[in-house]
Amino acid sequence: MKITAAEALIKALEAEGVDLIFGYPGGAILPVYDSLYNSKKIKHVLTRSEQAAAHAASGFARVSGKVGVCMATSGPGATNLVTGIATAYMDSVPIVAITGQVPTGVIGRDVFQEVDITGATAPFTKHNYLVKRAEDIPRIVKEAFYIASTGRPGPVLIDLPKDVAETRIEFKMPGKINLRGYKPKVQGHPLQIERAVEEIKRAQRPVIIAGGGVNSAKAEKELMELVEKTGIPVATSLMGIGCFPQNHPLSLGMAGMHGSPRANIAITEADLIIAAGVRFSDRMTGKVSGFAPKAKILHIDIDPAEIGKNVRVDIPIVGDLRVVLSEISKNSTKKDLYEWYDFIEKISKKGVYEKKGMLCPQEIIEVISQKTKGEAIITTEVGSHQMWVAQFYEFIHPRSFITSGGLGTMGYGLPAAIGAKFANPGKTVINFAGDGSFQMNLAEMATIVENNLAVKMVLFNNGGLGLVRQLQEFYCDGRYHQVNFKFTPDFVKLAESYGIKAERIESRKELPQAVDRMLSEEGSFLLECMVDIRENVYPMVLNGSPINKMIGG
Amino acid sequence: MKTILSVLVENHPGVLSRVAGLFSRRGFNIDSLAVGTTENPEISRMTIVVEGDEYIVEQVKKQLNKLVDVIKVSKISSDDSVSRELVLIKVDAEPKNRSEIIQIAEIFRANIVDVSRRSMIIELTGDKDKINAFEELVRPFGIKELVRTGLIAMNRGPKTIKVDEEEKD
Repeated sequence: MKITAAEALIKALEAEGVDLIFGYPGGAILPVYDSLYNSKKIKHVLTRSEQAAAHAASGFARVSGKVGVCMATSGPGATNLVTGIATAYMDSVPIVAITGQVPTGVIGRDVFQEVDITGATAPFTKHNYLVKRAEDIPRIVKEAFYIASTGRPGPVLIDLPKDVAETRIEFKMPGKINLRGYKPKVQGHPLQIERAVEEIKRAQRPVIIAGGGVNSAKAEKELMELVEKTGIPVATSLMGIGCFPQNHPLSLGMAGMHGSPRANIAITEADLIIAAGVRFSDRMTGKVSGFAPKAKILHIDIDPAEIGKNVRVDIPIVGDLRVVLSEISKNSTKKDLYEWYDFIEKISKKGVYEKKGMLCPQEIIEVISQKTKGEAIITTEVGSHQMWVAQFYEFIHPRSFITSGGLGTMGYGLPAAIGAKFANPGKTVINFAGDGSFQMNLAEMATIVENNLAVKMVLFNNGGLGLVRQLQEFYCDGRYHQVNFKFTPDFVKLAESYGIKAERIESRKELPQAVDRMLSEEGSFLLECMVDIRENVYPMVLNGSPINKMIGG
Repeated sequence: MKTILSVLVENHPGVLSRVAGLFSRRGFNIDSLAVGTTENPEISRMTIVVEGDEYIVEQVKKQLNKLVDVIKVSKISSDDSVSRELVLIKVDAEPKNRSEIIQIAEIFRANIVDVSRRSMIIELTGDKDKINAFEELVRPFGIKELVRTGLIAMNRGPKTIKVDEEEKD
């Protein structure tokens, strides 16, 4: 029996195991929404903007390890997805974005709500499709999920013209996928693995840098196995946070621009760096020529293009981290690293702050960390609060720190928290936000309420843009410009108008009980904390400095 | 330094823009790009001349390989290959100059493919140096219009760049 391509799309999504779509309807995607009406397997979550739908799909994917799906109409619907797609691309998050498109006969004529979304998203999707033939739908859906979730994960977009969606076809799901231009390499080269094992044997001051790739590859067990077998300490990138428990004695914490002194100095003094699924972004390396100057670098990544892109590499291994790490562990033995441990032990593990004057964001995070025992899923927006959370919340589980690392997308956290809560309803989900980021997507409080999601929101209100202010302090001689809001809404009342319980605190005396009230509240909760905009994120590595030259560390 | 890359891609719409877009957004310089289908109509071959050092060329190769529509990227050594470019040049050909232009064309084994009262179109194939030399010689007569295809290249000997089989000797 023939069905429409829109129905075929829904069937194909069901066949891929999709049970949740975040989206926003519109004219060009009408046939798809009409078909979705009949689906018994797929729940649709209506966000308040398309950008939030993409972020929610990304939060869902990061927490669940599955492919997140978002959907929007053509034109502005599609362009509103763009920030979410680019965010997912930079952090290697598997999402499939489906957009409606104007009918094929009028494509290219600048008709109502037309935009070339495949052209626009080509630079930051892993792959994308403009569907021209209805019969191709099942194959394209299958390919899209395959491409998004295998190799280095990433976003894939399917743009579906309205007339194609309405065309009737015989539905048949294809069998095996064979894309001759896409064959991710899983096994590491045996000779390179042998060389890696040799270097590990030889090293006196080795450090593992674990990146987001460990989280994506679900390789945390294999990483732990290597650490336990060899005794090598582990620093993580921002995206790698959680892939190695921070309460482990061999955890050095986060490395990089706002990283821990312990991680940054250990990397600088190391004679071997084992980089696992980390892409050496500029935020991680600081001045590249001063990065790990004494070390041989062993780089393991599933994406060959990352190897040698930003730093020189002595031993490249292309392959899946789970496979490669366990191959390396298999042949490695415990090392005597006591001198190295003694050296590391003397360097401080965290940045410092002074607990005086106004309530400090760092202490709020520490209290929440202690009270949740690292068992919550934390999402963040982007700014000072994001860096403080990375520094002061003690993460012990993979996929528990959900943040926009690569693109640095303000407004990411709240919709990502929605996705996170859908992915893991049993866990406490807390979004940390500054008042700047929070105002970018605060309308998603409606989505939270509509879906009865218990999302906790910790809002640091400093009346402006703290991290940009910090940059202006260092790079613009303190000429603060456009970083203080002249007007700020009453966030407590605002949350209450959505039916969300909210509280404002101003002193450290109120802090522990307020956190208790937030955590014990069954539903969602907004805790607004009044903090000082002059509070900077330390330590900090200034532009052009190597990472061991930290200020305020 | 110039490097010739031979890139086999799926013959789909939009692939050229993906490849060209990759160059612009990563800041790579394309010296020339020529595309056409291969003996297999499902596959196109792009010959791309890239300007840049070893690091750049390595990055170009790796980033091209990441594109799902790119099937294979191979470097063609300029020492061991045949490369050609086609150029059409429309020159001012006043009657008094005509025989001299024809003579130059003959020396270069170029073809005159169109003649009018005041102009000629000359077709020439060859490597870059030959075409540059020819262009210099006819420039004094006045070049009205010039169009070059960009370089295409192929390895000498039995070595081939094909899909589903490694380069063989």
